[in-house]
Amino acid sequence: MNIKRTKAIARKEFIHILRDSKSLFASIFIPVMLLVLFGWALNLDVDRIETVICDFDNSPKSRELVSRISKSRFFNVVDYPASMKEAEEHIMYGRAAIMMCVPAGFEKRLANGESPAIGVDIDGSDANRATIGLGYLSNMISIFSNELLNEKMTAAGMKKIEPPLEMRQIVWFNPELESKNYIVPGLIAVIMTVISAMITSLTIAREWERGTMEQLISTPVRGRELIIGKLIPYVTIGYIDVFISVIMGILLFKVPFHGSYLTLFIMGSIFLVGAMSFGILISIAGKSQLIANQLSLLTAFLPAILLSGFAFTIENMPIILQIMSQFFPATYFVKILKNIFLKGVGFEILFYDMAMLSIYCLVLFVLANKKFKKRLE
Amino acid sequence: MNNEIAVSVKDLYKKFGDFNAVDGITFDVKKGSIFGFLGPNGAGKSTTMKMLCGLLTPSAGSGRIGGLDIMKDSENIKKNIGYMSQKFSLYDDLSVMENIKFFGSLYGLSGEKLQERSEIALKLAGLEDKRDALTRILPGGIKQRLALGCAILHRPDFLFLDEPTSGVDPISRRNFWEVIHEFAAGGITVFVTTHYMEEAEYCDYLVLIYKGKVVISGTPGELKTGREDQNIYKVVSSSPAALYELLCEEKEFPEVNVFGESIHLVSALNKSESEAAVRKICEKNNILFHSLERTTPSLEDIFVLAIAEADRASAKKNGAYKI
Repeated sequence: MNIKRTKAIARKEFIHILRDSKSLFASIFIPVMLLVLFGWALNLDVDRIETVICDFDNSPKSRELVSRISKSRFFNVVDYPASMKEAEEHIMYGRAAIMMCVPAGFEKRLANGESPAIGVDIDGSDANRATIGLGYLSNMISIFSNELLNEKMTAAGMKKIEPPLEMRQIVWFNPELESKNYIVPGLIAVIMTVISAMITSLTIAREWERGTMEQLISTPVRGRELIIGKLIPYVTIGYIDVFISVIMGILLFKVPFHGSYLTLFIMGSIFLVGAMSFGILISIAGKSQLIANQLSLLTAFLPAILLSGFAFTIENMPIILQIMSQFFPATYFVKILKNIFLKGVGFEILFYDMAMLSIYCLVLFVLANKKFKKRLE
Repeated sequence: MNNEIAVSVKDLYKKFGDFNAVDGITFDVKKGSIFGFLGPNGAGKSTTMKMLCGLLTPSAGSGRIGGLDIMKDSENIKKNIGYMSQKFSLYDDLSVMENIKFFGSLYGLSGEKLQERSEIALKLAGLEDKRDALTRILPGGIKQRLALGCAILHRPDFLFLDEPTSGVDPISRRNFWEVIHEFAAGGITVFVTTHYMEEAEYCDYLVLIYKGKVVISGTPGELKTGREDQNIYKVVSSSPAALYELLCEEKEFPEVNVFGESIHLVSALNKSESEAAVRKICEKNNILFHSLERTTPSLEDIFVLAIAEADRASAKKNGAYKI
């Protein structure tokens, strides 16, 4: 390993990158754009569910129930149709996911001591949203029902009944239970996986395509000097991207950052070297820019999105996918970033993930070295 | 030039699948000489050169460059060679000086030494006033000189030039050869491939390679004297192009070549018989016959003859197999 030659390669790569302003702009701007797009689009919070309510009773009691629901942040009442047919149309055309009907004679039947039924229909084609909406709704109806019961008891001169069980909840790490708080840190890890593979996957293939590799391998430069020399500028870009993404996460998406910046820097460095080595390996194996580019998308993008656990919980996957997910570095970096951001934990807890990332990093670097041949065939 | 052997190659083979690109080549190169590798495209010139430079691994055979084995020591050989590939392969998006300094650093130069050698390379390429220009904008001939400058930064003992003058204008080509002669005079062994026949004359020693095999080899003088027994005539007529077509059809003239305004003819007949035959053809086709003189063969005549002989030999061999 010759430092002089490694420095020469790194300097040359820096010049390539700085002169190719379009690619430089893309490698800084694409992560920003992805973060903004996904950060806003990927909202897993279920609220403001479109709802239609038919109040066929139109009595003080029914109006009270309707107004509670329409005031709740979980429901967005889009219409109060006068007929069932109209209400069903809203569901059919996808304008509403829930329809609730208060039957005629609701108040009268309550006064008579009967239990009138409230009709709730939901659109099951978006099962997740429907179930969560149904949960909110049944909770609100049961509270209302409880209050009606107590009203009756007091009217009859009896004592109020308190529910026998009470739940006291404390939410750790993400008190508002906002999905963006765990999506954004995971998203940064996913974006960095993709960007790293993308920007490095062309670097060696380009030299083969342009014929400059032939000149390069006629010199005494060693494979590892070439690879390290090429890693240096790209990892630098990676640092810039991570820095911008984290700042955006904190300032734009208001994700709390409880961890230490030093931990983030160390873990980020290991991750970036590994992810960039992966791109370089692809570039060596692909030999043409087109193939290398497609390979990087296929092998970095898909597992990062689907298997890393950034949006889809790994523990809920079939066992085969759970095992597969352990082979992708994004999985560890997603976990590390979520932990640093939200929990503020350090090495004592993230040791396993850091160790796995380090192994990954080492293996890829060695593979890239092995795969690179100073030969034309 | 002395008699020390600098490069020695024995029974070198290179196979690409079923194709023998280099099919058993043996030669020696003297230190400080200009060694020319000639032959048509696809003959195996570049492949041989790439094996010597450690860019391709030979399929079989052996070779030594400055005492180092090309099979085992290719990385050490790379420290002591300069290589210039057929296709321009410096970085287009780097400036002239950035390219020079980059390759200089790869060869282990730094500080004042790098600076000094870079200036020499810059002067060689004639680019003193374009040091900060992007390489992309330079014309072909200048690019080649810059590549040559980059290849000699570390003062190698061996210089490998793969078709260095292809696509370069004649004046730049002459300048280029002058520089190469200076290098050789300074003790550098220069190995060069070309398919320009007139460039063969600039070399100290020539090897003609055809279909992966050495067809003939020797100094330009030796190659010419070896063919004195052949009946080679120079024919001058009013219409060389038309006459060329006609003569090609005659069995008595196995080889016919156009040389500027005249035709070179290899004949199975003696001078007077040949002249009579050519006159007859000219009269029949309204071509004005001027003269037919015995001539010393040019290198091109010799190469064309050698290749034709090689083709005939292999045809005979294949024919014998058929029976």
